[in-house]
Amino acid sequence: MKPAPFEYHAPDSLEAALALRAEHGDEAKALAGGQSLIPAMNFRIAQPALLVDLNGVDELRFIRMEGDELRIGAMTTQNTLERSELAAKHQPLLFETVPFVAHPQIRNRGTLGGSIAHADPAAELPVAAVALDARMKAQSVDGERWIPAKQFFQGFFTVDLQPNEYLTEIAFPAMPPRTGWSFMEVARRHGDYAMCGVAARVTLDGKGKCKAARLVYLNVGEGPVDAEGAAALLVGEKITPESSAAAAEKASAEISPFGSVHASPEYQTHLARVLTKRALRRAHERAQAAS
Amino acid sequence: MTTRYFGQRIKRNEDPRLLTGQALFVDDVNFPDLLHVAYVRSPYAHARIKRIDVSKALERPGVAAAYTAADLGDYWRVGPLLVSPPPVRDIVFNERTQPILAKDKVRHVGEGVVAIVAESRYIAEDAVADVVVDYEPLPVNVDVRKTLEPDATLLHEDLDQNLAAHVIQHKGDYEAAKAKADVVIAREFWYDRGTAAAMENRGVVAQWDARFQKLTIWDTTQAPVVIRNGMAAMLGLSESQVRVIAPFIGGGFGPKIMMFYPEEMLIPWLAMKLNRPVKWIEDRSENFYTTTQERGQWHESEIALSKEGKILGVRDVFWHDSGAYDPYGLTVPINTQCTLLGMYDVPNYATEFKAVFTNKPIVTPYRGAGRQHGVFVMERLLDAAAKELGLDKTEIRRRNFLTPDQFPHNHKIIYQDFTELTYDSGDYEPILAKAKEMIGYDEFYKTLKPQAEKEGKLLGLGLVCYVEGTGIGPYEGARVQIQANGRVSVATGVGTQGQGHFTSFAQVVADQVGIPPDEIDVITGDTDQFHWGVGTFASRGAVVAGNAIHAASKRVRQRILDLASEEFNVPPEELEIGNGRVCVIGDPQKTMLLGDLANKANPLRGAVKPGSEPGLEATDYFGPPMGATAAGAHAMILEIDPDTMMIEVKRYVVVHDCGKVINPLILDGQVHGGVAQGLGNAFYEELVFDEQGQLLNGSFMDYLLPTALDVPRIEVGHHETPSPLNEMGVKGAGEAGAIPAAPLFVQAVEDALRAGGIELEITQIPLSPKRLWELVETTKAE
Amino acid sequence: MTDSLKLHFTINGQEHHGEAEPRLLLVDYIRHHLGLTGSHVGCEHGVCGACTILLDGQPVRSCLMFAVQANGREIRTVESLGTPEAMHLLQEAFHAAHGLQCGFCTPGFLMTLVPYLEEHPNPSEDEIRHAISGNICRCTGYQHIVDAIVLAAQKMNA
Repeated sequence: MKPAPFEYHAPDSLEAALALRAEHGDEAKALAGGQSLIPAMNFRIAQPALLVDLNGVDELRFIRMEGDELRIGAMTTQNTLERSELAAKHQPLLFETVPFVAHPQIRNRGTLGGSIAHADPAAELPVAAVALDARMKAQSVDGERWIPAKQFFQGFFTVDLQPNEYLTEIAFPAMPPRTGWSFMEVARRHGDYAMCGVAARVTLDGKGKCKAARLVYLNVGEGPVDAEGAAALLVGEKITPESSAAAAEKASAEISPFGSVHASPEYQTHLARVLTKRALRRAHERAQAAS
Repeated sequence: MTTRYFGQRIKRNEDPRLLTGQALFVDDVNFPDLLHVAYVRSPYAHARIKRIDVSKALERPGVAAAYTAADLGDYWRVGPLLVSPPPVRDIVFNERTQPILAKDKVRHVGEGVVAIVAESRYIAEDAVADVVVDYEPLPVNVDVRKTLEPDATLLHEDLDQNLAAHVIQHKGDYEAAKAKADVVIAREFWYDRGTAAAMENRGVVAQWDARFQKLTIWDTTQAPVVIRNGMAAMLGLSESQVRVIAPFIGGGFGPKIMMFYPEEMLIPWLAMKLNRPVKWIEDRSENFYTTTQERGQWHESEIALSKEGKILGVRDVFWHDSGAYDPYGLTVPINTQCTLLGMYDVPNYATEFKAVFTNKPIVTPYRGAGRQHGVFVMERLLDAAAKELGLDKTEIRRRNFLTPDQFPHNHKIIYQDFTELTYDSGDYEPILAKAKEMIGYDEFYKTLKPQAEKEGKLLGLGLVCYVEGTGIGPYEGARVQIQANGRVSVATGVGTQGQGHFTSFAQVVADQVGIPPDEIDVITGDTDQFHWGVGTFASRGAVVAGNAIHAASKRVRQRILDLASEEFNVPPEELEIGNGRVCVIGDPQKTMLLGDLANKANPLRGAVKPGSEPGLEATDYFGPPMGATAAGAHAMILEIDPDTMMIEVKRYVVVHDCGKVINPLILDGQVHGGVAQGLGNAFYEELVFDEQGQLLNGSFMDYLLPTALDVPRIEVGHHETPSPLNEMGVKGAGEAGAIPAAPLFVQAVEDALRAGGIELEITQIPLSPKRLWELVETTKAE
Repeated sequence: MTDSLKLHFTINGQEHHGEAEPRLLLVDYIRHHLGLTGSHVGCEHGVCGACTILLDGQPVRSCLMFAVQANGREIRTVESLGTPEAMHLLQEAFHAAHGLQCGFCTPGFLMTLVPYLEEHPNPSEDEIRHAISGNICRCTGYQHIVDAIVLAAQKMNA
């Protein structure tokens, strides 16, 4: 289990990194935290010819507020994120999600940008990004563009990045007032890729009815699965066991789990229903508390 | 004899080195001119090898050599049969052992086809990709029963079917007993595969010193002496020319004893052939295919009882998955046959098994070594019987216990040590009573469970019993020597993989020679230090090697007394030994350090009495007539999430009787670790092979070893029935924690579900949340 | 094969200059090039935790880093904690509580716990179990490890 040879570059600035990307295109695989890439390389499932190690690009490590948006540099480690007071205060759903990612040692290296650009359908952070309507900043030597999370994830391990672009920053817009949230998952062991998980967001109107909702699932499709139909069912309704159950039922039809050695598609669908109800209850409680 | 150290919770001698990163493991062995091996391994479970082309690999810079089966010439061989079949009447046994490198065909995924030798493991792995092997895939057998069907493709084409063995054993007359029974319960059970997954993978480093004509092998083996003798024979060397060192080993659990792994046979030969030290370290990926595994058994079982719940007889027919080869003989299925009887008085027993070849990795003992399956079957049958008869689950067990007056108890069937299965001693009712008391059995059903039910919680309790045959022969030996510096050196032939032998053996010696355990250096696993012995397996280290050490220590004690008696001119009865000294009782002037006495016992000039031996040293051996039978009961309380079917173990109680305990701290650790593996086996760990014999979860991401969050706190209680078979009264304890966890777990699950109005029976293990959910859904639908 | 690159980092307080092929895993460099064999390789895919070391004070998997990535960083391995004669308090606690059996996974546990206990001087049993959930032990069933950590915390606070 030793990686195949590769050419290695460790640029110390974003400019240098983007220049390498421009020069080598898709060959220039970004090495962020490496906590998914390096295991794949050790198994020789992945054999990139050229690695651009972004760990020396300090300008991609930041967490700051711009207006009411939380801006996070792609190379910010998950560990930094889970200790960030700004994240805790302004993006509690994201903050709640991070500790579900693997184990502390992994989060000390693993980055937000790395996880999002890797786009593993079973990963937690992409789901949180979609549920929060995050925006992704793709940069190249030619400039930058911002991509809504939902469009960014394009399928199995596939994202909307051009061969000359790197993901450099993720922006999380403020959640509206009277919003509650929850992230839950069912994994065989804590830290494992979950059999199913959900990020839920509920915004209440002045009368305590649901004004907006998001339900985004992991490991039940080719990427984060945004159950828009289920969320739409809730709008205008009170969040009750009955309305949650209806949303859960709807969501179970919107997902398409593949099954694994740990869970059949039927069981994953069942878990999605259970988690939907539980997460909505929790999100609703929090929304009420915020009202 | 004063027993000051025996029985004490003494901190381990080996810890400081391990804790500070100073302990030597096989992969730590390094040489400047070391060569590294990586294998081209079969991607197919069953295929003919049509052509192998290593030419591109040989062109790669840094590659020293590449060997196929054909390149080995006369050295190509299959491994020896390690355990010959037991003397059971009309036994069928087809010996087919693993080749050093696959020749002509491969029989399981991961079988070694080409060995690449290179300047680094990295380069060797690069070169693996350069090798071209043309395979002709053959139909694959993965199912233990289908592999015996007439149209199944043969693994070993010289056999007429994929049958490894057929064994029938009888005690009494089951059919007659059944005819008189009030209740007969028949069930089918499946116990699937898992892997030991020691944290350290296997590895071999070999160095041939041409000047000294000596081969040194560092090997992650549980049986260094056997490896030395075998390698000497294979390589045409004298045994004294081969030194095998099993240094610190990162966990064994059984599979590290499977002599001779193909790599164990090949690496030393390569070192001699290339005249350079050679290292092969198994990686985790290889470990999932090339280290032996255990468990796959299909049982069709029946129990006949009186209406009072007394067992009249048991019939069990099972199919045992040997994997592609059967180098370990029938140890595992024989253990299943013999452990099934458990704590119970079973007057009539008909047992039959077929061991079969499948296109899966080899099966050899892994912690429990077949005992799990037997216990699973019997405990499940008793649960079903209790339900049928309306008896309490603990009561049906109690009614069938062998009673103290029935020991020694001969079960009249042949055990893995080739003698008739005989329990040396036991007293089972107090074990059950203690387990019930510790788990709060009555209170649970009176208060806790009804309360939980009211709250909509699924809380369940399990309680099962088991025996563990331990400490089997043939023998071990030890040499104990008091050195001039006053420390003691103790050498034995067994390997050690974390069991605390450096400490427990020292405690045994300490009591005899009056030197504290931390001044006693135990050497295990170095054949140049001690070259007689068998190995660490079957929970026998403490029993067999421990008693050999005890015997040798007693002789050293006698030597101390004899020599001091001459020295001080007093009879031995007037001497006492302690604090590293021997002295005359009541005369503090007449005292001598044992180190000084050792020096005196090794005179450099002058005459000694004819026949006298130098030094304060003795060597002795111990071979028990048969194994000592440990026993115990486990109890647990668990809670099921009614929606997700995720399970949390709330409490876990072990009451265990392994006779006299040398070091309770170490024993507790053995029990905890066993339980963790047992729980893994029950609920987390399952090797999932597809129809093509491909393993679908061959990584630690998908093969789920329990973490600290998955293993509960374990409460351990002891009961003590000393073994009459050895002077120390000890029985083995290495496997007890692991053996009964599966039937315990499923019994508790059934109990918990009952609270939710779901009555179901679990007959397959391992369980998982997915499988449990499916079972519950099916039950609800019915 | 690709050319070796220059390396420079601090290991256990000592400056180190060397070189390595880019693909060389940090754990292999530490073990076989620096001869510090206390960090162990159990899975090489980041699950078992036996290779855990401190990188700038934080526990990381040294099997999921390339040696060249350690450039300019500070590494600590188990060898920096204590010696058999003078063990670190945490090592003493593992010794006292029988927190290890085969000892193969132990260095990874220790390196995970050193910074953890500095940050969490009074962890509950549940917190401890979470803290070590990224380290697999196959021998102990974790109970004596948990006991050792409780003991270490008590000693540190004494």
